[in-house]
Amino acid sequence: MSILKVEEIGIAFGGVKAVDNVSFSVEAGTVFSIIGPNGAGKTTLFNLISGVYRPRRGRVILQGQDVTGLEPNRLARCGLSRTFQNLQVFFRMTALENVMVGRHLKERRGLLAHLLALPSTARQNRESAEIARQLLERVGLSDYAETPASAMPYGALKRLEIARALAAEPQVLLLDEPAAGCNPVETEEIETLIRRIADEGMTVVLVEHDMKLVMRISDRVHVLEQGQTLTEGRADEVRANPKVIEAYLGTHGTREASLALG
Amino acid sequence: MRALLAHRLAAPVAIALIVVALAFILPSNFYLRVAALVWISALAVIGLNLLMGFAGQVSLGHAGFFGLGAYAVAVLPAQFSLHPLLALLAGALVCGLIAFVVGRPILRLKGHYLAVATLGFGILIAMAIANESWLTGGPDGMPVSRLTLFGWRVRGASTWYWITGALLVLGAWLAVNLVASPTGRALRALHDSEVAARVAGVDVAHYKLIVFVISAVYASVAGSALALVNGFVTPDSANFIHSIELVTMVVLGGMGSVFGSLVGAAILVVLPQVLTTFHDYEHLLLGLMMMVIMIVLRSGIVPSLAALIRRTRP
Ligand SMILES: Nc1ncnc2c1ncn2[C@@H]1O[C@H](COP(=O)(O)OP(=O)(O)OP(=O)(O)O)[C@@H](O)[C@H]1O
Ligand SMILES: [Mg+2]
Repeated sequence: MSILKVEEIGIAFGGVKAVDNVSFSVEAGTVFSIIGPNGAGKTTLFNLISGVYRPRRGRVILQGQDVTGLEPNRLARCGLSRTFQNLQVFFRMTALENVMVGRHLKERRGLLAHLLALPSTARQNRESAEIARQLLERVGLSDYAETPASAMPYGALKRLEIARALAAEPQVLLLDEPAAGCNPVETEEIETLIRRIADEGMTVVLVEHDMKLVMRISDRVHVLEQGQTLTEGRADEVRANPKVIEAYLGTHGTREASLALG
Repeated sequence: MRALLAHRLAAPVAIALIVVALAFILPSNFYLRVAALVWISALAVIGLNLLMGFAGQVSLGHAGFFGLGAYAVAVLPAQFSLHPLLALLAGALVCGLIAFVVGRPILRLKGHYLAVATLGFGILIAMAIANESWLTGGPDGMPVSRLTLFGWRVRGASTWYWITGALLVLGAWLAVNLVASPTGRALRALHDSEVAARVAGVDVAHYKLIVFVISAVYASVAGSALALVNGFVTPDSANFIHSIELVTMVVLGGMGSVFGSLVGAAILVVLPQVLTTFHDYEHLLLGLMMMVIMIVLRSGIVPSLAALIRRTRP
């Protein structure tokens, strides 16, 4: 069953078609990767799907429902969450509090109860903190729980965003370069994490430059180049596709391309 | 010790202790009166700090709400013989409603644009108060009838000291409760990253509006309290300079620090009184001290000192 469907979606910035007529369909519980050279439009595509940008044309269908142009907070209610390539962390809050914000939609939100610190609020805080702690442990950040996010290293912040997104218990999770700037050990941890998330039934849409990771983990791979679809298929199909190798040749050079796709 | 300072209730408890302790230390009614003015300012500043320090939205028009609260307890009892306490509540309600209506379009703006829009709003209120002389006495202001509670006439510096002090502690308590709740986390989150807050499901426009309304109610209640204490109101309470003073108190004491709100208010209320001994140099010294404080303690007095203590005593 297709849980996320993008139909002929497109947006332009000052005449530049950042995403142009892109369509794909993601099966529930799979890992679907979107790859392409720098500036191909991957992040823009994520922004269109997650409601950060409103598409100029095309549609986004989430769990059979047309959600095109809905605000991100409305999409969150529909079961979509994401992380950001350029970190969007709550830097004045601790790691634990960052993840607790991810629980927002699951929390009881009575303003009067909050102002008066009624027992229900204390209970809610404890419950959110408990779940946030488990998620921090899951992404390997237990030691940072009480650390202000501003004092955490880059690789840890990447995983913090994943924990925050998971806190919302989404059905569809968009990850924008989760392994960027991470060392090989961290990258492997992230790979294991994504695998486990998918095994639990969550659908993962992944943008990632680490081709080895992408090829190992993806059920399907969608290739973008200059805002347009180049090809889509199983990982081994895409890797063998001469058009893909050529696209990477243009930006990365022969050796890197064969390395990256090899 | 550090766990104690980090406790949610640290600020209201510390403020309560200060209110009680000063009652015994302050030597005369004059000082009690000044202290009551500090408590009142601090109340408005806590509200503004929820908006500015926690949610990251500036308002250069909060004296407008302060003035409306002040005039509510002046006009409503005089014109409609409403009880001053009901007038205070009516003022808070009206300010909340105005904030709700004005906030929707205004809070879509960011940064400097929001600053100018709120500035305009504040000036509008101040003009309205100054111009509607038939109701407000115009630029000369108007007297406020005395507050009576259950047949008891509230008067005297010490009585007002305790009432305003209690009001401040209540305001501080509500504020720290809010900050430590899911609503507070949503507000702090949208301060740091609106897009990430929205992705987490936070209705950013809604939460900005909530905190704007709350901060307007704080300002209104503080304004009402000042009018009742003084027994007189003037349009100055609503004017632009007062809005700037409130913002200065927030920044000086520390954005996002409830206790800092008291410190900021205390400095800006007390220092001018102290500096009057320097006659001609009063404003010069005040300005200089504010500059030095901001340069040395750049995140405001309380947060900067707290960070300093954390670093020196691990
Ligand atoms: N808000 C914007 N305003 C103007 N141009 C934009 C905007 N967002 C993206 N673009 C342009 O759209 C194109 C696609 O950018 P995008 O960030 O989506 O690429 P990407 O595939 O994510 O690249 P990378 O691998 O470097 O992250 C680029 O040419 C970029 O400059
Ligand atoms: Mg990108």
